[in-house]
Amino acid sequence: MNSTLGYQLSRNSYGRLVFTNQSGLVQEGVVPVRSFPITEPDQGIALIDPNGHELAWIDRLTDLPEDYRVLIESELANREFMPEIKRILKISSFITPNTWRVETDRGNATFIFKGEENIRRLTLSALMITDSHGIHFLIRDRLSLDRHSRKLLDHFL
Amino acid sequence: MQQILHSSLNNVPSAWINDLSTQLTDEEHVLAWLETDLNAHLHFSEGIIVVTNKRLMAKMTDDGVWQEWGYQQGLLLTQRDYAGVGCLELLDSNARLAYWRYRLGNDMAVSRLIECFIHQLDYHLTGKLSEPDHTQTQCPICATLLSAEQEECPVCEKQVHTPPSTWTLLRLWRFAKPYKGRLLIGFILTLCSTAATLVPPYLTMPLMDDVLIPYQNGQPINTDLVELYLSGLLGAAILAWVLGWARTYMLALVSERIGADLRTTTYEHLINLSQEYFGGKRTGDLMARIGSETDRINLFISLHLLDFATDVIMICMTAIILTSINPWLALVTLLPLPIIAWLIHLVRDRLRIGFEKVDRIWAEVNNVLADTIPGIRVVKAFAQEKREAARFHAANQRNLQINDRVNRIWSLFTPTVTLLTEIGLLVVWVFGIWQISKDEISVGVLTAFLAYIGRFYIRLDSMSRIVSVTQKAAAGTKRIFDILDHVSSVPESTNPVHITTVQGQIELRNVGFRYGTRSITRDINLTIKPGEMIGLVGHSGSGKSTLVNLICRFYDVTEGTILIDGHDIRSLTIAEYRKHIGLVLQEPFLFYGTIAENIAYGKPDATHSEIVSAARAAHAHEFILRLPHGYDSLVGERGQALSGGERQRISIARALLINPRILILDEATSSVDTTTEKDIQKALDNLVRGRTTIAIAHRLSTLREANRLIVLDRGRIVEIGNHAELMEREGYYYRLYQAQARNVDTEDRAFVPPVVEHSVTGEHK
Repeated sequence: MNSTLGYQLSRNSYGRLVFTNQSGLVQEGVVPVRSFPITEPDQGIALIDPNGHELAWIDRLTDLPEDYRVLIESELANREFMPEIKRILKISSFITPNTWRVETDRGNATFIFKGEENIRRLTLSALMITDSHGIHFLIRDRLSLDRHSRKLLDHFL
Repeated sequence: MQQILHSSLNNVPSAWINDLSTQLTDEEHVLAWLETDLNAHLHFSEGIIVVTNKRLMAKMTDDGVWQEWGYQQGLLLTQRDYAGVGCLELLDSNARLAYWRYRLGNDMAVSRLIECFIHQLDYHLTGKLSEPDHTQTQCPICATLLSAEQEECPVCEKQVHTPPSTWTLLRLWRFAKPYKGRLLIGFILTLCSTAATLVPPYLTMPLMDDVLIPYQNGQPINTDLVELYLSGLLGAAILAWVLGWARTYMLALVSERIGADLRTTTYEHLINLSQEYFGGKRTGDLMARIGSETDRINLFISLHLLDFATDVIMICMTAIILTSINPWLALVTLLPLPIIAWLIHLVRDRLRIGFEKVDRIWAEVNNVLADTIPGIRVVKAFAQEKREAARFHAANQRNLQINDRVNRIWSLFTPTVTLLTEIGLLVVWVFGIWQISKDEISVGVLTAFLAYIGRFYIRLDSMSRIVSVTQKAAAGTKRIFDILDHVSSVPESTNPVHITTVQGQIELRNVGFRYGTRSITRDINLTIKPGEMIGLVGHSGSGKSTLVNLICRFYDVTEGTILIDGHDIRSLTIAEYRKHIGLVLQEPFLFYGTIAENIAYGKPDATHSEIVSAARAAHAHEFILRLPHGYDSLVGERGQALSGGERQRISIARALLINPRILILDEATSSVDTTTEKDIQKALDNLVRGRTTIAIAHRLSTLREANRLIVLDRGRIVEIGNHAELMEREGYYYRLYQAQARNVDTEDRAFVPPVVEHSVTGEHK
């Protein structure tokens, strides 16, 4: 069934993805990379070898056979870290740099916010906040946050 | 080493100490630990990994049990990171045993954990404890190696993020302090002039009671009294005029100086910040901060703050006078004051946020301009004028929107104060007429009260304006202090070593650099001998420019050290160190000024003959003489247009003039054609002679002269050797060279084929 794809994927005991192409070339430690992680996460996924060369291109995840899709999705989940802020609990001060305590879809966290220039507007209501270590926190819809969070966030917009 | 490790037992985070101590057996001690803040599914959760002399242990708060692994053959602890999240993996020869995730923040703790683990593993397998050769001391917190001169760890110091206090405006005192004498005189003048303005209403009282009312009751006018009171009125007016002029002039003088100091200090601080800061900020925004923000603060001090102070003084004095005349009427008159104060307070917060937003959006409008105007050729070439205009329109629209929102609150403010004024006057009339009817006060007293509070309420009205300007000034001050508070990420050593002469030996020890979350270079070890020429080779993004930026100390290394003649470059004075470095960049930057000034940029006191000989050596002399004004020709943005090659030779002359021991050529010949490159190459040959040179070149052919070529790939050194050796080895460099040779061929023949290919693919479809 996978002959149409022209390659095989599996996971080895080290937890790495293994890629085998038609000519039998085996490549270990393959990583899937989303081309448009923010604007179109489920389309255009490339499999990249450890040297950064592209091995295969997947137009849509749904095109893949079920087992490969699960494999790639789990690998993506393992690599992707963009906590989504659900509530802003506390901001240490309105003057930057300051410390934010937030509730995210991945649990509560604190991070250091360096300045207003670290807020990137994705769309009218979606924001991406980059902390001092370069981790991106996502606010999918700032208008649907609760009143307290909106008020706090508003200081920096 | 052992000493330091033992003490780290006490440093284990307190939350884990109890839990951990129950786990430890006799004679087992903690050597290193790492707190993790993510679990395997990348959810926020605390955990700890501990290396002891017996085993590796780990626990997540969620798990409740400790996992442990004894030292045995084949174990491997590795780390990798991606997008700000690190992953530490424990492997044996068959499989992955465990892995942990954490947010990057303490790289040092990770590398120390791994180092300790390897060290212990080695000891358990071989029975020998290899003695580490650390002659330098380590930072107790992050274990960075510190040089003997450093007392505080530069890594830990950098991580302190304490926000400045909220009383931003008060921080301006730092700039006002040198003028405190003049400020005091200004204050006294303000007191006197305000007092003078309060005399006329007071005089209306006797004028009314002693002159006008008796006349109405049939008595003749007492001309002596009239003369006295009227001359009093005139005298008070003239006195107020003189004093008012003196205090305004004096305080304007001071505020202008404070503003100038603020501007210069901010600019001086800004220009000393590291390259990293400029990389993250936009030019338009920075220009707005230094230009218009300082002006706004200046205006605030000279005009609004002064007015406000006058108003406060006036209110206090009026209150005293009114109370002395009639306490009951005074009480009624002053009643609206707290209400207005409360109103002011209510609006204050919302307005401040609003004005900060206005500032930010204003910077955004500026940024659109700063984006498009330099890129105008691209905009025009792709015919995107409409889109850029739309972008500007959108930014402006948002500016409007936010201003509208602020104005909604702001516009409500003034009418409300006016209404309160009218109501206040009404209350005084009602109470005053009632008191007159009871014969408690005279008509004169009521007139005086009305005259006083007329002024009084007008002042309250203008005082309410202070809210907005104070907020604007505070917002501006905050933005200025944002710059001033920014500590350079390339800090000046507190206790610098001075070096007068430099031999030019550069040594890189385990150098690693991380930009944001991206690890750019890692484990670079390299010694460059004095006078040696080194070529840095590699694909773009392999870390060549980063390495050069680290050597120039535009950035500081995140790991390891760079030593120059055996001194850590972080222990040297930055300016002194850079004096020994000559830099020739790909895009030479010429400042607005004459050619002579541009050549002498690094050594402003150079004589004309020095400049000429530098230009000669850089092969720039002849073309300079062809210009209409020779060395006095103006160049730079508004000056004479020079070609890329000509500008490059001027920048080479600039580097030659300071006679540096270390020379850095960052793609110095890349932006010019091959013929010009030959000219520049000749100039460079003169420059390179006898200096330690580090050259980056995209065209490998230009690096044949180099003593050694360092081949970099993804931030690591992969090969070292001269051209012949590396070609013989047929490794990475060989492939790079071959690829480039092929490219040169295809570039020459690249005119016809693409058209054919296009039509072919078209037919296929």
